[in-house]
Amino acid sequence: MGRYKSSPLIRPINNHISQPIRVSIISPHCRFNPPHFTGATTPTGTMAPKDRKPHVSRNPDLIRGVGKYSRSKMYHKRGLWAIKAKNGGSFPKHEKKAIAAAPVEKPPKFYPADDVKKPLVNKRKARPTKLRASITPGTVLIILAGRFKGKRVVFLKQLTSGLLLVTGPFKINGVPLRRVNQSYVIATSTKVDISAVNVEKFDDKYFGKKAEKKTKKGEGEFFEAEKEEKNTLPQDKKDDQKTVDAALIASIEAVPDLKSYLGARFSLKAGMKPHELVF
Amino acid sequence: MPFKRYVEVGRVALVNYGKDYGKLVVIVDVIDQNRALVDSPDMVRGQMNFKRLTLTDIKIDIKRVPNKKTLVAAMEAADVKNKWEKSSWGRKLIVQKKRASLNDFDRFKIMLAKIKKAGVVRQELAKLKKETTA
Repeated sequence: MGRYKSSPLIRPINNHISQPIRVSIISPHCRFNPPHFTGATTPTGTMAPKDRKPHVSRNPDLIRGVGKYSRSKMYHKRGLWAIKAKNGGSFPKHEKKAIAAAPVEKPPKFYPADDVKKPLVNKRKARPTKLRASITPGTVLIILAGRFKGKRVVFLKQLTSGLLLVTGPFKINGVPLRRVNQSYVIATSTKVDISAVNVEKFDDKYFGKKAEKKTKKGEGEFFEAEKEEKNTLPQDKKDDQKTVDAALIASIEAVPDLKSYLGARFSLKAGMKPHELVF
Repeated sequence: MPFKRYVEVGRVALVNYGKDYGKLVVIVDVIDQNRALVDSPDMVRGQMNFKRLTLTDIKIDIKRVPNKKTLVAAMEAADVKNKWEKSSWGRKLIVQKKRASLNDFDRFKIMLAKIKKAGVVRQELAKLKKETTA
């Protein structure tokens, strides 16, 4: 049970404070504080219900569960005697809110023969993978697996699927605009200035497989002709690569040796201990 | 082979084990056969086993258990920091630290520099060889 807020003198009292059974379930400390004002009663004071600030308890804890003041002392502290006096000897009562009659439910027409199990509630939301703090836009990453293993590559942004959008640049090391998983990457502490690059238009759909046209059941020559069409990159993707790389290469050439660094592959040599290397 | 570096008040030592690994400290008093009272400008004065210390050649002029202020002044007067950094031991440690902290990009740049230097050396060598044979 949560802690109840204590009341200022003019706080209206609810009906259920007169029921001792309910109060005793709460810890002894909470007894001294009336339950939270529900807002249904008419206020005896000038304050509207919503304006009230949460009040700290007037009964400090000696230890958890034991208050400093006794029940009767708290009665006096809270001024319940004054409220009673104001109301002619007893607590002000409000009439109970009439409960609206629930709409009549018709009995169902059909009862299923077997009990259908309901799946458990799942409130998880899909989120992109948490990005390592060392990976920020412009970081040089080392790709560890796949066709481009060992290549040093510039990180552009994280896509909504969690994969990292990365580019060589293509002219420097042959790595195109590509998606890469964070786990297959070492982040170095070298950063490239990426402010001149616009990567807004790239998302996971850009990299997805194109929906195939309805292929006819033709075999032989038909099949080979179709295959050749799929292998070439569409021109707009090549243009995208060029625009992204143009701005990047300019900022890369500003740093001496960075261009040849990105063009070289990373490999472990004799004496290199990966757990001792600083990247 | 007589001993050259002695444990004495004012001997500068290098800590080779523990929380203060790699620090230069001054032996300020000898507690017993195994332990010394040790102090440094950036640490609280405390005891250390001799096994955790490696003695250096540097010695400063202090009385037994000086104040921190006196100690710092004596270290400045003896120029411990510069003497250490100029000594071959001190220089080696500095190089080791630098190598350990190198970036992947730094390692690449060093590789390029090494290749360049080797190229220049080889050219000079070739020139000299030609002169001697000719």
